[in-house]
Amino acid sequence: MNKLDNKQRVKFYQKGTFTVGNRLVDKKARSVQASMERSNAITSGHRACQGCGEALGARYAIDTVMRVTNNKAIACNATGCLEVFTTPYPETSWQLPWIHSLFGNTPAVATGIAAALRVKGKKDVRVIAQGGDGGTTDIGFGCLSGMFERNDDVLYICYDNEAYMNTGVQRSSATPPTARTATTMPLGDAPGNVFGTGKSMPLIAIAHNIPYVATATVSNLHDLETKVEKAMTFRGARYIHIYVPCPLGWGHASDITIQLARLVVDCALFPLYEAEHGAITGSTPIRKRVPVEEYLRPQRRFAHLFKKGAIDTLRIAKIQKMADENIKRFNLLRKETESFDGVTGISLKESKYT
Amino acid sequence: MLEQIEGSSAVAKCIALSRPEVICAYPISPQTHIVEGCGKLVKSGKLKNCEFINVESEFGALSVAIGSSATGARTYTATASQGLLFMAEAVYNASGLGLPIVMTVGNRAIGAPINIWNDHTDSMSMRDAGWLQLFAETNQEAADLHIQAFKIAERLSMPVMVCMDGFILTHAYDRVDIPSQEKVDAYLPPFKPRQVLDPANPYSIGAMVGPEAFMEVRYLAHEKQQRALKIIPEIAKEFKDVFGRDSGGLIRNYKLEDAETIVVTLGSVAGTIKDVVDKMREQGKKIGVLSICSFRPFPKLEIRNALKNSKRTIVLEKSLAVGFGGVVANNVMMSMQGTGVHVYTVVAGLGGRPITQPSLEKMLEVAEKDKLDDLTFLDLERDVVERELKREHASEKSGPIAENILRDIAGLEEAKR
Amino acid sequence: MFQTRIHGRGGQGVVTAAELLSVAAFIEGRYAQAFPSFGSERTGAPVVSYCRIDKKEVRTREPILEPDAIIIQDPTLFNSLDVFQGLKSDGYVLVNSNKSLKELGVADAVKKIPNKHVCNVPATEIAMKHMGRPMPNAVLLGGFAAISGQLAFKSVEKAIKSKFSGKVGDGNIAAALAAFDIIKKIITTKEKE
Repeated sequence: MNKLDNKQRVKFYQKGTFTVGNRLVDKKARSVQASMERSNAITSGHRACQGCGEALGARYAIDTVMRVTNNKAIACNATGCLEVFTTPYPETSWQLPWIHSLFGNTPAVATGIAAALRVKGKKDVRVIAQGGDGGTTDIGFGCLSGMFERNDDVLYICYDNEAYMNTGVQRSSATPPTARTATTMPLGDAPGNVFGTGKSMPLIAIAHNIPYVATATVSNLHDLETKVEKAMTFRGARYIHIYVPCPLGWGHASDITIQLARLVVDCALFPLYEAEHGAITGSTPIRKRVPVEEYLRPQRRFAHLFKKGAIDTLRIAKIQKMADENIKRFNLLRKETESFDGVTGISLKESKYT
Repeated sequence: MLEQIEGSSAVAKCIALSRPEVICAYPISPQTHIVEGCGKLVKSGKLKNCEFINVESEFGALSVAIGSSATGARTYTATASQGLLFMAEAVYNASGLGLPIVMTVGNRAIGAPINIWNDHTDSMSMRDAGWLQLFAETNQEAADLHIQAFKIAERLSMPVMVCMDGFILTHAYDRVDIPSQEKVDAYLPPFKPRQVLDPANPYSIGAMVGPEAFMEVRYLAHEKQQRALKIIPEIAKEFKDVFGRDSGGLIRNYKLEDAETIVVTLGSVAGTIKDVVDKMREQGKKIGVLSICSFRPFPKLEIRNALKNSKRTIVLEKSLAVGFGGVVANNVMMSMQGTGVHVYTVVAGLGGRPITQPSLEKMLEVAEKDKLDDLTFLDLERDVVERELKREHASEKSGPIAENILRDIAGLEEAKR
Repeated sequence: MFQTRIHGRGGQGVVTAAELLSVAAFIEGRYAQAFPSFGSERTGAPVVSYCRIDKKEVRTREPILEPDAIIIQDPTLFNSLDVFQGLKSDGYVLVNSNKSLKELGVADAVKKIPNKHVCNVPATEIAMKHMGRPMPNAVLLGGFAAISGQLAFKSVEKAIKSKFSGKVGDGNIAAALAAFDIIKKIITTKEKE
């Protein structure tokens, strides 16, 4: 048989997740970022570090909101890196109305904005609340739970870089085990952050039975945009948890931000899933699984696990176990029964976790 | 219309008449009846175009108010004591952002030891946060001041705290004239925000301001309160023009003209002192009382002018600066610098200890003889205190004072047996 | 100024009693101030409430130390505290009981008080009869109007109506009227003595 007669299975990595502005993609399927008309809600000139995952994630998310709402959105920001590097007085990066109040009250301020809009009959203006992991899972936890419980019409976005970066890389309840931070140094019997601590904010959000919860990363732009867009079709409390690498805090090269965000998904330490009204509706299967080591090695915060001649196989194995549990819990290694369409993001109907 | 009504109810009604758009509050004694009253009015539909939000904490309450006010809605909340402290961060934030929020503080003591009764510790803890602080003497004034507060707050773009004595005013039934909606509408125009979160005209609020500009911002906040010294009496006069009664203002003078002894105070105890003043006047004593309504901004000049011809000034306050003495007295003393008038501090009513006319009369008799200590704790149980001090001296123990006193009393009981 | 102090236990409507008194006085065009002793008391604990009535504005805010009238909603309080403290020598005493103060063992406390100023009435029983609930507060107000002459019964009736509507209001008023009549009769008898 002539080899040319075989059907070529062309893998269009140029399509879907891996390209931002591909002219080969149907206009409707292109990402917001691919458009020259995007709002660029965080305009250039801000003071973020080179390779900052949060700057990327925030721009992706807010530009999507702006497109969906026809530029009618108000953002409320917690204290943190994002707030600091976007508003160096007297300048601001933000191209939409924006307020920063305190560290721990962002969800409550957003509730107030939403209430004022309701009373004034401005149904078409939508509210975004955003903050880092510290402001969300720790100090803002009470207010966030209150906002969820009241089902206020707010989309809360958490940019999770797994520590208090703005104040100098201190441990938060989102810091993964063994990670080095200024308050969990790699010393003693349990170097870095200890095992058996931490909380899953997405799962806690789901437990509040709010209309929509999703996890996303900056490596899968279409997936992130789709989820934000989907979130905006709901009214009521919504939560999106976006994983954003931090070159400075994690000690990785500033040009591998997106790569790391891909590795964390592919090694299953950060599962991508969605939920509606308290039930998980779908997860994104891993296309090509990698061992956690591949994800951990490029980051200096995990360097103590890879000491020359003294690799911490015990702890690495424990981390691998966490990844394995995610695989099970979110059914991440299932076959792709349909071609993975990066535009629609989530694929499967069946989910082992309800 | 005149009503015999609970103070809290009167306040709730006047809040409703002021057409608030967002009300958010967390319950705490003694403010509960105010918030419940407002909630009922919204739920029943009597108070229209108003969102009533049940929040998860006081910190949440004032934060919701911040968001709502920044979006251009007339916003109200209420708290007291522990709640005011729990929202302390937001208190400074609200005034720093210049948001015209009106908040009732149902004055209550702050623990430890936990105490639900009236004193002014809570409001005093926030006196330097930049909020205007107005103290009501009666329930009529408490109701009126809320209406005035929205006007002052919105004219200045600064939040206002209306302070009313917890339980003593909030839970007392009094005769109150509840104004008509027409009159309130005539007096209080709709809220026109200075700056507002609006997609049509977007800008950023709450940037980090560094050393190069922070001092100027704080100076301007201080300057605003200086301006308020003029605005508050203006607003009170406008109130009188529309509603026909005196209410609010900076200070209220009662029989001060030829007074040799003047008592300075805040809140409802002024009423009790007025009765004592009348009694003593009948005995030929030249005595009067100055009741401060605006504590922040502090009307230094007005107070100085009112007191400078007295022989002695006694500041009777329901607050204590631990380690120093009087809070209000301190402010009064500063205003009296150079006048030669001796200012005495009488700390009274802490934690709700009743301030009785007999005790006041006794204290004033001593004062008239110029035999009053510089700092007096009215009706202090000397023997309890002395015994506790003796015991503490004998054996140092850490821990709460209240519980240690009981240990001492238990020891006494043992000894008796 | 006429100062009334009401003693009872949490759950007996002591606070409402003072409020109703103040509303009745308001209805007659007088100034009145009513407030409770406030506390974190639960049902059953001793509570006190106060009501001042005057022709002019009531400015003072202290607790009532020298009452012109004392209403005792629960005679078991005699064991717990001195409810008569400060009572003026020509003051009024109204006790919720079918026993006289002598039978209750507190005759000494009121020996200086004029006989016709001291009465007892079984308010709880009257309440049960007319309202089906052992709530003596409004009943005692009817008795208070009779014994003190401070308020017209009509004012008490209007005050009760303003707070309790429908059947509850009617029951309270009927019970209050019953107490009013009983006290009026007792006083007439005492005056003859």
